[in-house]
Amino acid sequence: MKIPFKYTIKNFTSRKLTTFITIFGVALVVFVFTAVLMMAYGIQKTLKATGQPDNVIITRKAANGEISSLVDGETQDVIRTLQHIAVDKNGKQIISKEPVVVINLEKLNGGMSNVTVRGVSDVVFELRPQVKIIEGKMFNFGLRELIVGTGVTGKFKGAAIGDEVKFAGDNWKIVGVFDSEGSGFDSELWGDSQQLLNAFNRGNTISSMTLKLDNANNFDDFKKQFDFDRRLQQFEPKIEQKYFEEQSEFMAAFIRIVGLVITIIFSAGAIIGAAITMFAAVANRTVEVGTLRALGFKRRSILTVFLIESLVIAITGGLIGIFLASFLQFINISTLNFQSFSELAFSFSLSPSIIFWSLVFTIIMGIIGGFFPSVRAANLKIVDALRAV
Amino acid sequence: MKILKLIVKNSLRHKLRTILTIFGIAIAVFAFGLLRTVVTAWNAGVEASAANRLVTRQAVSFIFPLPLAYRDQIEKIPGVDVVTYANWFGGVYIDKNQFFARLAVDPETIFKVYPEFLISDDQYQTFLKERNSCIIGQATADAYKLKIGDIMNVEGDIYPGEWQFVVRGIYKPRDKSTDATQMLFHWDYLNERMKEWATGRDNEVGWYVVKIHDPSKTAQISDQIDALFKNSRAETKTESERAFQQGFVAASSAILTSINVISFVIIGIIMLVLGNTMIMSARERTREYAVFKTIGFSGKHMIGLILGESLFISALGGVLGLIVSFPMVQGISQAIPKGIFPVFELEPITLIFAVSSAILIGVAASIFPIMKALKTNIVDGLRFIG
Repeated sequence: MKIPFKYTIKNFTSRKLTTFITIFGVALVVFVFTAVLMMAYGIQKTLKATGQPDNVIITRKAANGEISSLVDGETQDVIRTLQHIAVDKNGKQIISKEPVVVINLEKLNGGMSNVTVRGVSDVVFELRPQVKIIEGKMFNFGLRELIVGTGVTGKFKGAAIGDEVKFAGDNWKIVGVFDSEGSGFDSELWGDSQQLLNAFNRGNTISSMTLKLDNANNFDDFKKQFDFDRRLQQFEPKIEQKYFEEQSEFMAAFIRIVGLVITIIFSAGAIIGAAITMFAAVANRTVEVGTLRALGFKRRSILTVFLIESLVIAITGGLIGIFLASFLQFINISTLNFQSFSELAFSFSLSPSIIFWSLVFTIIMGIIGGFFPSVRAANLKIVDALRAV
Repeated sequence: MKILKLIVKNSLRHKLRTILTIFGIAIAVFAFGLLRTVVTAWNAGVEASAANRLVTRQAVSFIFPLPLAYRDQIEKIPGVDVVTYANWFGGVYIDKNQFFARLAVDPETIFKVYPEFLISDDQYQTFLKERNSCIIGQATADAYKLKIGDIMNVEGDIYPGEWQFVVRGIYKPRDKSTDATQMLFHWDYLNERMKEWATGRDNEVGWYVVKIHDPSKTAQISDQIDALFKNSRAETKTESERAFQQGFVAASSAILTSINVISFVIIGIIMLVLGNTMIMSARERTREYAVFKTIGFSGKHMIGLILGESLFISALGGVLGLIVSFPMVQGISQAIPKGIFPVFELEPITLIFAVSSAILIGVAASIFPIMKALKTNIVDGLRFIG
């Protein structure tokens, strides 16, 4: 026969403070666990959203990121002759040649950081339809003008419309703000590709070339052309989405590993906390357990009731922790992405799978913490238990 | 003396609970120590910077080069001892996951400016003579099992092409905080290839490191250097090496902030675990305390008893945590690639922090039970049935 669930609930009220402390401890651990996963996911989500599935980015094979990649003019000409490149309605190939550099800007809340400046060609809006000008206007091709992403404009000094940014011996006027639906481009400044090349004296050597495929399924065929052309041996095409996702790999893995190692270490602390509480609960109720056994309840029922008690504590704490962590979604943070060597704005981001894993983690804590005390309770001998003082 | 005995006896009354609590505290102290170590590892570059070194870089960003010609102009400024320069070479050694700094440097001056890189004289002399030779740090030599005479193949990215370097020297770090992972090679070797491969990219320097005579003139000399190149195509920004390194650390401040927050959360969790144990113990002993009071023990004794037990447990946990920390941190520093954290060590200050937080927690955890024990009057205490 089962012991009613009400018994479990009643028990909590008899030791409010201890129960509350244990729940709070579990909540803290789950909060940190969830927050770490949310942070890593936030970075990944931002960079994944940066690419389009039918865009291809071409960089030098050995380069870790766009700023250390160089694609010279000859190579660009060879790439233009390849098949499967989409054309716009005027018959022009949808290719953006992009010099990418990093400049220092002063943050509004103090300190300097690196910001990416990307040169783009005039087909860029066809290439990246998620990018929209939300304030001011598009820069003029042929002028030293820039547009800024929403992640930059509110965070850095001198990055609002009308301001001028000084680099490469010139003043660049900011004429518009663009939004790219929460992608990594939000943390960038964009200008005319040719103007940037001239200003930096780079001739025709760009960092990367991004083009649209006529059909996303043709990527393998497109890639094969690189294997067969000796002039393209040093270069590598990648689906843009995959490329930017890989740019987040190092950071996301770093946060996950450091964060999870830490949470797992101190989840041991919370498990111990739960175990202490449960052991005390068992010790205090020895007579009660004896009585229940004498009434005919099975050992298994006793075990279950204590395990359930521990699980209820853990799950309550876990839910509180996840609930509190969900508020982190309103916080936008930015950090240096080691791979691209520039600032990346992102926000904590919750997904169903994070909630699922946090709950699994919680339940594991509850079971481990409650198991041994429950076994002890179930193994009490009726006579000894009834005699206990 | 008697009270001490009582404290120990009391702590051992619930052996299992006490042991669990001690483990809980030990784990938390260890986690705290580990996190602080990550933070100090992050700041290692700042700690390693010397007061008499300035870094001059392109004002717009570190990634843009400066003309080689600036060197002579900087050298003429009074108070400047030596000027050296370097280029970030980057590239891929073995595969993209092998990260350590690869720099093209001026062989004549580099070791004058960085005396903490210890190199034997005969190795240095061979290095000087051979154009395509390089010197690597001890940590890198150990990690890749490289010895003198070995060849390193690097595929360039910023400087495209296949590059070969011969190891002609291995430098040892002078201090614990010295980065022993770098690979240094002749700047001229790089420059010659650039002349052939990409005219316009030759005679370019990544940054200058300026050794000055008097560290108190840092600000003055920095301004003088920057004034020299004001309004030129490549304006400079000069700052102390420390400030330069801090800039890097500040860029990833979001992560550092979260690590800091987490380490305080950990302290909170230890407090909860220990606090819980103390509250339970005191609660169970309500009747005993009433008996103590009846036979004439004062409030002071009660405080001593509870506080003593709490401190006893927290101190044991703290010490155990520290004992675990040393081999664990050692193990982790072996496990992570040296290039990411060149210096990963438990600092004395971390130890002091960890122990004092354990003690503080011992005190804090006993406050609540003490208050309760003092408040309960004898009659209620004797009537208490748990």
